[in-house]
Amino acid sequence: MKVALIGLGSVGRGVAEMIARKGLGITITGLADSTSGVIDPAGINIPGVLANKKTQGYCGDRNISAEDIIKTGDYDTLIEVTPTNALSGEPALGYIKAALLRKKHVVTSNKGPIALAYKELRALARKNGVALRYEATVAGAIPVMHTIENGLAGNEILALYGVLNGTCNFILTRMAAEGLTYEQALMEARKMGYAEADPTYDVQGIDAAIKLVILANTIWGNGAKLSDVDRTGIDLLTPDALRLADEEGCTIRLIAEANPHRHLLRVSPRILDKNHPLVFDGTLNALTLETDMAKEITLIGKGAGSIETASAIIGDLLYIRDHHVKRP
Amino acid sequence: MKLEMKDSPGQLVAVLKPISDVGGNIIAVIHQREPDLHDDTLNVQIVLELPEGQRERLVGLLTEQGVHIQRIGEERLLYQRTVILIGHLMHTDLSDTVDQIDSTGFAEVCELSMSMPAVNQRSSSRITLKALSHEDMDAAIAILRRVSQQKSLLLIEPLEGCA
Repeated sequence: MKVALIGLGSVGRGVAEMIARKGLGITITGLADSTSGVIDPAGINIPGVLANKKTQGYCGDRNISAEDIIKTGDYDTLIEVTPTNALSGEPALGYIKAALLRKKHVVTSNKGPIALAYKELRALARKNGVALRYEATVAGAIPVMHTIENGLAGNEILALYGVLNGTCNFILTRMAAEGLTYEQALMEARKMGYAEADPTYDVQGIDAAIKLVILANTIWGNGAKLSDVDRTGIDLLTPDALRLADEEGCTIRLIAEANPHRHLLRVSPRILDKNHPLVFDGTLNALTLETDMAKEITLIGKGAGSIETASAIIGDLLYIRDHHVKRP
Repeated sequence: MKLEMKDSPGQLVAVLKPISDVGGNIIAVIHQREPDLHDDTLNVQIVLELPEGQRERLVGLLTEQGVHIQRIGEERLLYQRTVILIGHLMHTDLSDTVDQIDSTGFAEVCELSMSMPAVNQRSSSRITLKALSHEDMDAAIAILRRVSQQKSLLLIEPLEGCA
C-alpha cells in the first residue's frame, strides 16, 4: 500500500520510523512537513529524510508543499498528522477533504477536523467509497474505535465515561500524593514534558471535551459540538479538596462523561473511590463503555507519545489495507 | 425495630409476612437468645425500609400476631452522597448554602468538614448529604449545583455510585 504522510512532528516521526522499521508492506511515496516536501514513487528513504529534518529543520524540497503531494501524488491512503487546530480545523480539514475527493483513504490523529466536521467528512468518505479512520484522536494508543466498531459490534452503547487527558491525571496524582498545590504540580508536569507552556487546553478540560465530542459523534451520530459540553477544569482545585476526599478513601479525577438518555455531555473533576477502575497514577488514559450486551468494558493505556500514537495510526492503516485496498 | 415474640415454631415467619404485605424491604434480621430472658420469649431486631405512611399499618398487623414491639428506631433519610465545595464559602454565606438543602424537607446536610487556609484564600469543604430517595438526592444535588453557580463556587460531585 502506498501512503502520503503529512506532518513530521512527534507523531509523524513515530509513524515514519515504525513504517521503515517494521516491514509492513507500506511504502511512503510522499512526505511533507510545514515548509517542505519529498516525493518518490519508488518509496522515500525514511532514515535520510528524518536526518535532514534533524539537521536543517525541514525535511525536503522547499518547492514541494503538502498540498502538491495530496492533490497530485500517487498514494492509496493519506496519513494526516499535522498539529490540531480546535477552532478552524485547518489546514488539516482542507487536506482531508482534498484526499477524500480524490477517492483516497484517510487516517488522521488530528482532533480538530473530526470534532468540527465529522458529519461532512463521514458523508464525503462514503460518497467517494473510501475509509476515514481516526483511532489516534482519542486516548492515544488505546484501540477505542476498533473496540467500538469491531469488538463491540452489535452492542448498543448506553453511556461512557473516562479519563481522556493524561496531563490532568498527572497533576491530580501529584496533588493527592504529595499535597502539592495546583501550581506546583503543573510546574512539575512542565518539567517532565507532560504539559505545554500554555496549559489552558489541557487543564480547563478542552482537550478532554474535544475527545468526548468525537466519541459521541462516532457512537451516536448525534452531531454533538464542543459548545454542547458542560465543562469544568482542574485549575481551581485545592490540595485541601484532595485531602478531604482522601479522608473518605476517595480521590479526585477529571472525568469525561456522555449519556444520551440523560442528555449528558460533561467534563468535570469528580470524586471517585480509590478502588475505582478509573483511578490510576500518572499520564495514562482510560475509558469505560456501558453496553447492553457486554455490560461494562474498561480500556486503559498510554494516551500520548510518539510511538504510542503511531501504534493507533498503523492499526488504522493495516485495517484499511486488509479491508479496502487490493493487495498486489 | 426491636420485637419481642413467643419462642415457638413459625413465629419468625409470622412476623416477616406482614412486612412484605405492606411493601417493606427487609435489610437485616438479628435474632438472638439472651440468657436473662424468660424461656418463652425471643428477641428479634429487624432493619427494614418502609414505603411512606405504612408504619402504622405494620404496627397494627404485628400486634394482631401477638408480637410485642419493644422499640422502633427511625432513620428517615437513607440515601447518602458526599460532595466537595471549593471557593469563598464563608463570604458567600455557608449557612444559607446549607439551608437551601435543609429547607427542602427531603434532603439535609448531615456532615460538614472544612479547611480554611488563610483569610482571602479559597476554602474547601466536604459535605455529606442525606436524602429520602435516589431521585430526591439528585434533586438536592441539582439545587447545590445551582447555588454553586450563583455563588461562584466549584462543586465536585461523585461519579455515579461512588462515595
